[in-house]
Amino acid sequence: MNIAVCVKQTPDTETRIKLTEDQKRVDESDINFILNPYDEFAVEQAVRLKEAHGGEVTVISLGPDRVKTAIRTALAMGGDRAIHLKTEKHPDDPLVTAKALASVLKEGNYDLILLGKQAIDDDHNQMPSILGALLDIPAVTVVIKLEVDGNKLTAEREIDGGHEILEFSMPAIIGAQRGLNEPRYPSLKGIMRAKKIQIEEREVATEPEQLKVESLQYPPPKSPGKIVGDSADAVPELLRLLHEEAKVL
Amino acid sequence: MVEGSDFLGIFNRLSEEERLVMQTVRDFVREQYLPVIREYHARGEFPMQFVPQLGELGLFGITVPEEYGGAGLSYFIYGLAMQELERGDSGLRSFASVQNSLVMYPIYRYGSEEQKKKWLPLLAGGEKIGCFGLTEPDHGSDPGAMETRAQKTDAGWLLNGAKMWITNGSIADVAVVWAKTDAGINGFLVEKGTAGFTANKIKGKFSLRASDTGELVFEDCEIPEENRLPLAKGLRAPLSCLNEARYGIAWGAIGAAMACYEEARDYALSRVQFGRPIAGFQLVQEKLVEMLTEITKGLLLNFQVGKLKDMGTAKHYHISMVKRNNVHQALQIARSARSILAANGITDEYQTIRHMLNLESVYTYEGTHDIHTLIIGESITGLSAFR
Repeated sequence: MNIAVCVKQTPDTETRIKLTEDQKRVDESDINFILNPYDEFAVEQAVRLKEAHGGEVTVISLGPDRVKTAIRTALAMGGDRAIHLKTEKHPDDPLVTAKALASVLKEGNYDLILLGKQAIDDDHNQMPSILGALLDIPAVTVVIKLEVDGNKLTAEREIDGGHEILEFSMPAIIGAQRGLNEPRYPSLKGIMRAKKIQIEEREVATEPEQLKVESLQYPPPKSPGKIVGDSADAVPELLRLLHEEAKVL
Repeated sequence: MVEGSDFLGIFNRLSEEERLVMQTVRDFVREQYLPVIREYHARGEFPMQFVPQLGELGLFGITVPEEYGGAGLSYFIYGLAMQELERGDSGLRSFASVQNSLVMYPIYRYGSEEQKKKWLPLLAGGEKIGCFGLTEPDHGSDPGAMETRAQKTDAGWLLNGAKMWITNGSIADVAVVWAKTDAGINGFLVEKGTAGFTANKIKGKFSLRASDTGELVFEDCEIPEENRLPLAKGLRAPLSCLNEARYGIAWGAIGAAMACYEEARDYALSRVQFGRPIAGFQLVQEKLVEMLTEITKGLLLNFQVGKLKDMGTAKHYHISMVKRNNVHQALQIARSARSILAANGITDEYQTIRHMLNLESVYTYEGTHDIHTLIIGESITGLSAFR
């Protein structure tokens, strides 16, 4: 099976985010970058499919030089080859990224293209669907279970209020959701194996962006919590507050 | 604001794979180990369920060549891994120290080809657990005075004696035991279940609670000649193993110190007294500054000795300096962090007191603070104060 995994490098979920002075971008100076957690599910699934059915896993990432670390993490988890699409920055417009990825994906003739359902930084949730449209192949996203039988794929995905099971055939695109698998930690041996893999670098000319970030804002400060009481006597009051004030019940 | 413990950006010097190893072990500890350590610490047990995963990650036999199941990596990477393990708990790092430096290292360095092929892959995968028996009930800092004897017989050796304070002692499948013979000190691989060999768990510890500590007793224990480490001759052999372990401890202590510092800083920023965070008070700031300065110095020592170790030029007294300094400072940092956490700092809701209590053991084991002082003293004066 010839599998591609598209990954994005994102700030660590534990990083305290600071904005640049113009409030249009995240200040990257003190940020620890990681492999987008949803992409970890995609990488893990790709590696498991390779281990079960044979084949090769190609890791593809678009962005500045620093994204190589995310590529290396995916390789350490079991990827075989890697392509780095070099740009100065991550485009704000998902369509621009998708078009650049699609041109590379077309060449690769992949049976399966896996990626996270979304990146945890800009949260657009668009990449699997746009890639599906650009490549004109089935795209199924928010997938929590994937089964392969020859050329046929069965995917279970989360929808509002339930699950949906879809059948389709390869080639196809899968957007991975939490629950699809439990991603492995890269082992020390995997890390050293990844070190020896040459990452193929390609310069890409990205199209002009139709979508621009006007400004970013910090979330409003959280108001302090309230302790209603510390015994069973407080339960009625807690229920009342949850119902009337918090309006969650 | 400077987040985290790397004030001078020392880790920016790491290569991509070094950074990835550090991050992987850090993630493993944060996501898997920390959620359960409190419970195991309270119960006084090592969480055995992590042993296979530690093996899979490649954390056993980090510097042992791949042909024997190790990862074949640098001592520098070994150090980074120990730092991140001890960020979790000294007991976790101790387990890895013993397996790597005190069991796999002596088998690799002093063992026969058969012993290496038999044991190293099993130990690397975590399928077998090892321990190291040198210290005795009456002989700690002076192991040369050991009383455990191995007597040559027609069939092999007859082992008699006892070993004390042995990490992993009661859970190990194989013990590397040092004993006096007519030809000086020799090392033996004593397998669990050997007649005459018993291992008892030491109870009542207030330190390293999430680590197994045992006593090994040998009563006319028959050991075949093929279980003797053929290349280990004299006290130098076990001391060389301790040197390996101490090197990892120097890194580990800084990991524990980072955990305490980070917890204390976060606490000081959120704890409000007299209408403002206590981090705004001069006395608290001084404590935090001292802590972070010592962490930074300790890291720089580790970086330098790590490089020496990989170049093959690290002397035992270099390692004494990093072990002595870093553990001493880590203990001071833990105590200082505990004082910032105040009353909250005495409960296991916070990790600092666990680290603080653990570090009391680390201060004593693998060469006490005082003995390391005298080793360094000897190296700069040529005069031994203890021999």
